[in-house]
Amino acid sequence: MFLEQLSNGIALGSLYALTAVGYTMVYGIIRLINFAHGDIYMMGAFFTYTAIVYFNLPLVPSFIIGMACAALLGVLIAKFAYTPVFKAPKINLFLCAIGMAIFLENFAMLLWGPETQSFPTIIQNQIYTFGGLKFTKLQAVILLISIFLALVLSYIVKKTKIGRAMRCASQDMVAARLMGINTNKIVFITFALGSALGAAAGTLVAMYYKAVYPMMGFSAGLKAFVAAVIGGIGSITGAMFGGLIMGVVESLGAAYISSGYRDAIAFIILIIILLFKPTGLFGKTVKEKV
Amino acid sequence: MGNLIDVLIKLSIATVILYFVIKILSKGFDKITDMIVAMDKEKNRKLIYLIVGILLVLPFLLSRYPYILRTSIMAIMYVVLALSLNFVLGFAGQLSMGHAAFYGIGAYVTALLMVNFNVPFLLAFIASAIVAGIFGFLLGVPTLRLKGDYLAITTIGFGEILRLVLVNWVEVTRGPAGIPGIPSPSFFGFTINNNIGYYYIILLLAFFTVFVSNRLLNSRLGQGFIAVRDDEIAAEAMGINSTYLKILAFVLGAAIAGMAGSFFATFVHYVNPDNFTYMESVTILCMVVLGGLGSIPGVILGAIVLTVLPEALRGIALYRYAIYGLLLILMMINRPGGMINMDRLKGGRKDENSRGSRSNKVLRRSYSSR
Repeated sequence: MFLEQLSNGIALGSLYALTAVGYTMVYGIIRLINFAHGDIYMMGAFFTYTAIVYFNLPLVPSFIIGMACAALLGVLIAKFAYTPVFKAPKINLFLCAIGMAIFLENFAMLLWGPETQSFPTIIQNQIYTFGGLKFTKLQAVILLISIFLALVLSYIVKKTKIGRAMRCASQDMVAARLMGINTNKIVFITFALGSALGAAAGTLVAMYYKAVYPMMGFSAGLKAFVAAVIGGIGSITGAMFGGLIMGVVESLGAAYISSGYRDAIAFIILIIILLFKPTGLFGKTVKEKV
Repeated sequence: MGNLIDVLIKLSIATVILYFVIKILSKGFDKITDMIVAMDKEKNRKLIYLIVGILLVLPFLLSRYPYILRTSIMAIMYVVLALSLNFVLGFAGQLSMGHAAFYGIGAYVTALLMVNFNVPFLLAFIASAIVAGIFGFLLGVPTLRLKGDYLAITTIGFGEILRLVLVNWVEVTRGPAGIPGIPSPSFFGFTINNNIGYYYIILLLAFFTVFVSNRLLNSRLGQGFIAVRDDEIAAEAMGINSTYLKILAFVLGAAIAGMAGSFFATFVHYVNPDNFTYMESVTILCMVVLGGLGSIPGVILGAIVLTVLPEALRGIALYRYAIYGLLLILMMINRPGGMINMDRLKGGRKDENSRGSRSNKVLRRSYSSR
């Protein structure tokens, strides 16, 4: 029972981690809680679904198309909804993100209909046992894809020139611009990367629960954001740890405490962690300057 | 999926129309704001009397249109809710995104007291305000440590936890089934059971809230709030107890939201957890920001517009929330200061783009000033 819940939790947690990374990257660059991220995740799942069901493509190309379309969508959102508001007070950016979330949810409803669509079963459900730890093939696939994407991302951020520019911009936007970094381009690249990861997570969730529906991004987005905050928002490693912690605690909590309070557990952990460490587990304390 | 092009064309048309409507209205709002600023006290008072007079006779004019009367009751209730959030967000500058929780607490306290213990409405009403205020205090305490986005997510968490408690604590709240059969309020033997009566109750509450907001804004305490919002460190250096003020703002906002909740419970005679979701908090937040943060006429206008708009858009039912989202984005791009800008209302800076220079974490420029 415990081990079963643990493997459930890890699969779920790696999905939260993927989504949380998108949040944290965008936050790191423009200090915006991108409320629309959960809905990009939903759109990503729908893009993959469309590619599979309407165009009869195999899984892997559909998956990549889903990620690419979501990346494009992320860039479009950043370009048309967020960039014009960068210079305005922060709350405006915040509301733009909320407006975008509402818009995307309803846009998806208009296109694909409000009802839940069943996602085709592509990976057959086989159960493996590994030293008492039971897991399904799908859970293994989810975990492997998550780890792979996380590795790719950390390679991009740590080793490439673009990654260095991103880290630079997240530390100090003005200084980065003075050093000749095209910060606008960096913002778009960040959105594209974050959205692609979100779409990957959305598709994997759709495969896991075999369902896509327009509101699927809402609570997942909120929880992934909680995961990002727990890890210390702005830190990519933190987001991954936060996601895993959330997934495991949620699965165990739902099994041992009460399944009705499943969603509340995430927020209770969040409040407890923030009360003791206001910047999250991996966050840096920033001194306030006058 | 087949209707992709159709949907895209319709949404693009909606975007263009919205864009121009906002541009035109924007000019209108500026004119109105300047007019209010230019008015002397005497004229100002006359205008207020006129508005109050219209509001007082309105239900008799509308008594043949129950739908419009009901919508105006809801609009006034949202005015109260938006003004209550304005204490926290507009005055003290704390980004609270769980405001529906206080509203829900107020509604449930009234519902439970009136249904289970036959408590008279007035007592239940006061109890709702007090209980919501206590929760406001509990939520206000973490603000000592948390700022900006962290506070926002904590308040979202608070709202969600409260909703889940309402759903899961079946013995008391009856869970998702909600509490039906909440009696109508009665005062000194008169039972209010028609919409005109409800209209006057909520109007009274709205007048009370506007009065408190207005007096507060011009008082020492209110100036303290504004100082904390604009620059907390500077305010502390001037000897303002920012902790105390922030908690006070939360308690005040929560108590008034609780009153609105109490009214809501008796008005619809039924409460269930779905009325107090995160989206409800977001709606209230949008009203405040769209109307104009901190400006009382702006917030009132914002609440009315955002309540009436979805009703007016019922004709295009499928598209209305997509348009609602578009409206938020376009409005924030074209008119960052809200409909009636507070600075302009004070006769201050005319250029709304310069508004961003505040150093408050929530309200300051996020991108270039770092």
